Amino acid sequence: MLDALAAVGRFAQLVAEMGRGLVEWRVWAPRTLDECWKLGVGSLFIVLLISSFAGAVTALQAGYQFTGNIPIYVVGSLVTESIVLELGPVLVGLILAGRIGARYAAELGTMRVTEQIDALESLGRAPSSHLLIPRVLACLLMIPLLVIIADVVGVLAGWLAAKQALPISDQDFAYGARIYWRPFDAYYSVIKAFFFAGAIGLISCYRGFTTQQGAEGVGRSTTGAVVTSSVVILLLDTVLAKMLLN
Amino acid sequence: MIEIRDLAKRFGAQVILDGVNLTVEEGETLALLGPSGTGKSVLLKHIIGLIRPDFGEVIVDGQAVATLDRKALSALRSTIGYVFQNGALFDSMNVFENIRLGLTKPEEFNNEETARARVEECLRLVNLVPETMEKMPSELSGGMRKRVGIARAIAGKPKYLLYDEPTSGLDPVNSDIIDALIKRLDTELGVTSIMVTHDVRGAFRTADRIALLTGGKVVAVGTPAEFRESSNPEVRAFLERDFDLEPLSTVSD
Repeated sequence: MLDALAAVGRFAQLVAEMGRGLVEWRVWAPRTLDECWKLGVGSLFIVLLISSFAGAVTALQAGYQFTGNIPIYVVGSLVTESIVLELGPVLVGLILAGRIGARYAAELGTMRVTEQIDALESLGRAPSSHLLIPRVLACLLMIPLLVIIADVVGVLAGWLAAKQALPISDQDFAYGARIYWRPFDAYYSVIKAFFFAGAIGLISCYRGFTTQQGAEGVGRSTTGAVVTSSVVILLLDTVLAKMLLN
Repeated sequence: MIEIRDLAKRFGAQVILDGVNLTVEEGETLALLGPSGTGKSVLLKHIIGLIRPDFGEVIVDGQAVATLDRKALSALRSTIGYVFQNGALFDSMNVFENIRLGLTKPEEFNNEETARARVEECLRLVNLVPETMEKMPSELSGGMRKRVGIARAIAGKPKYLLYDEPTSGLDPVNSDIIDALIKRLDTELGVTSIMVTHDVRGAFRTADRIALLTGGKVVAVGTPAEFRESSNPEVRAFLERDFDLEPLSTVSD
């Protein structure tokens, strides 16, 4: 219990430290652009891949289940709403929790155990503006963007898959996609992505930054960052659904 | 001047420092000897505020390090150069960028030309050629990494230099080169230095005074000659290794 409280305290301290570091924008701004590039470009392929498959499989399964009296255009509704409301942000969030969360925790953890973070502090430089703020901001900027791309690609892939496998026309799919669509659905997807991005950035930076005990510690931080980020993403998914959709 | 008063630190149940008292005078080089794992590096990190004491205080130029706010601590750190045990070079940056981070004056740091000139000067001081600037840390040998670490520490023209095991992991030839370099920098730059080491030979060759840290306390302080003559059993036990000291002038860079 005391350990958990201490961890919460350290986390709050780290977030406060990042808040103080925001004044050093000349330091973190160029590094943030660099991190955005690495995160965005580096993750694009995997995001396109999973969103394509998610869209296609959703369409095919919908076609398999919707038989009898259910109109075929409902496939369009189901694909669009499933991808935009849930699969786009959650799948991208979970994949990036693995890809980016592990990278950030391992990078910062290795820097901690090889005394590079101590070296930075000894040079009178703030680790928050050099290392933490760029990574967290890159998550907050790029993950919502990747989720928007995933939503668009997922729906398009679902459309193509449905056309190939089911007796559905473009007009039917488009009609189904529009019939239950509300502009808020798109906002909801981006809001979720923003929260997931915050969770991935903050948790992985915290786990990496507080790494102890050599290579074993780096391994523990990396695993911990991925598992904790993934669990928090699922929790946030439930909480946000309850808060924003009801 | 650096004053360490009644400094105590424990990690969990393990007592690392148990009331350390030590004073380092302006311009002197003090070697802090002690067996591995006795808290020498922990003591050094207290001086630069990387670790906060459980009890006692470290006073640098009249300022109690643990009580300084963020800005004052940053200002104090800009007067101290810290050489880490394994260099602690930023492996995502090349040598130039690593040393440039050691520049404490914004006008030097922000001007590419001035920064390059200062980095080149620092590399020359540690006997490295300017071409080293473009290399990544992974391309350097152990001895070169240590020297780049020293170059980074002196880049900001510090008043104090703290060396954490500067010769550990090096072969005797490279150890001698680093020892000679430390001695030369202390003379040329006129800095006050503390060198943490368990290398008795190196300590005797470079230091004005030697302190022995064991059991969480400083048990003996004196000049190399006083240390050699000491009858303190802990000093004798630590010095029992037979060492044959050559004058530094015979060591080639």
